[in-house]
Amino acid sequence: MKRDFKLYVSLFLSTLKLSAFTFGGGFVIISLMKKEFVEKRGWISEEDMLNYTAIAQSSPGAIAINASLLVGFHIGGFLGAVVTVIASALPPLVLLSIISFFYTAFRDNMIIRYILMGMQAGVAAVLFDVIIGLSVSVWKDTKFFAVIIAVFTFVLVAFLSVNIIYIILACALAGALILGKRKKKNDIS
Amino acid sequence: MIYLELFWAFLQIGLFSIGGGYAAMPIIEQQIVYQNAWLTMTEFADVVTIAEMTPGPIALNAASFVGTRIAGIGGAVIATIGFIIPSCVIITILLLLYKKYKNLGAVNGALRGLRPAVVGMIAAAALTIIKLSFFSKSSATIGIVNIASIAIFALAFLFLKKLKAKPVLVMLGCGVLGLLVYGGLELLI
Repeated sequence: MKRDFKLYVSLFLSTLKLSAFTFGGGFVIISLMKKEFVEKRGWISEEDMLNYTAIAQSSPGAIAINASLLVGFHIGGFLGAVVTVIASALPPLVLLSIISFFYTAFRDNMIIRYILMGMQAGVAAVLFDVIIGLSVSVWKDTKFFAVIIAVFTFVLVAFLSVNIIYIILACALAGALILGKRKKKNDIS
Repeated sequence: MIYLELFWAFLQIGLFSIGGGYAAMPIIEQQIVYQNAWLTMTEFADVVTIAEMTPGPIALNAASFVGTRIAGIGGAVIATIGFIIPSCVIITILLLLYKKYKNLGAVNGALRGLRPAVVGMIAAAALTIIKLSFFSKSSATIGIVNIASIAIFALAFLFLKKLKAKPVLVMLGCGVLGLLVYGGLELLI
């Protein structure tokens, strides 16, 4: 793709839009980024996106910022990273500064509460859709290894609240030992 | 001087909040409530509530909220920049390593091992949101189950899966539905 002014503008606007509508934390924005940049625009391969997610998750800071930095760099180099980081930091900055002035009124407003409750159910549906898509793709890649790792991670995170850093280290180690030696059949990288 | 203190506090928060989202809360609390006494415990609980109700990463929301409270818009900008810097530096280093060693057998295996783990983590995040949403108290809650929330979820999923609707539009639609359903029921009862 050509790295011209138009690309940076649409990169900025896409990231801004994602950041402004991301309720519910880092993984929601990653799911939305996948839909926008992998499925809709085809700027990033699904494989790279999943790798970036793992990197974003294992570094300090907000997952959303980390992921947009990686995605921005991939698509538009250094300038792209600057553009996406600013675009993802801008909506919370503007919104929270305003809310900070009007907090009590905002907290007790029923209309806002109803809208947010509806959106929460919508976020759950988006996540569900993304999980189905990703499950299919990791199943195609590593079959039963993928199933075991995914279930293992889900249980440890959801029910046992194990620190994510340990899980990442363990899964990376398992991958390096088990998948490291044999080459993927249709290696495109 | 206050700018420098804000910058330094959020730089530390950015450096030590690993795991994203709620993992960052204790560090923010320590810096803002105890170390610097910028907010009372009650105000801090309010920040958490707003962060839940608004888009964007919790730590960034906290940075903007606290920054505005203490030093106006300039404070919000400084706190946000302070929070982002550590992750930008670390992510850039990781990205360079990733680009260099991506095709090495063991590294490739480690990354492929991490992909299903990412799926598991997203599923865990989804479970948290689903529990919050499906068992929330409202005028549409029967027993402990929020019927409207499940209906909105199902409808949103149908639009995403069958009609390939845009996630942002689906979420906006869910917000409108939430307002109509919960607001309507409230008026009827």
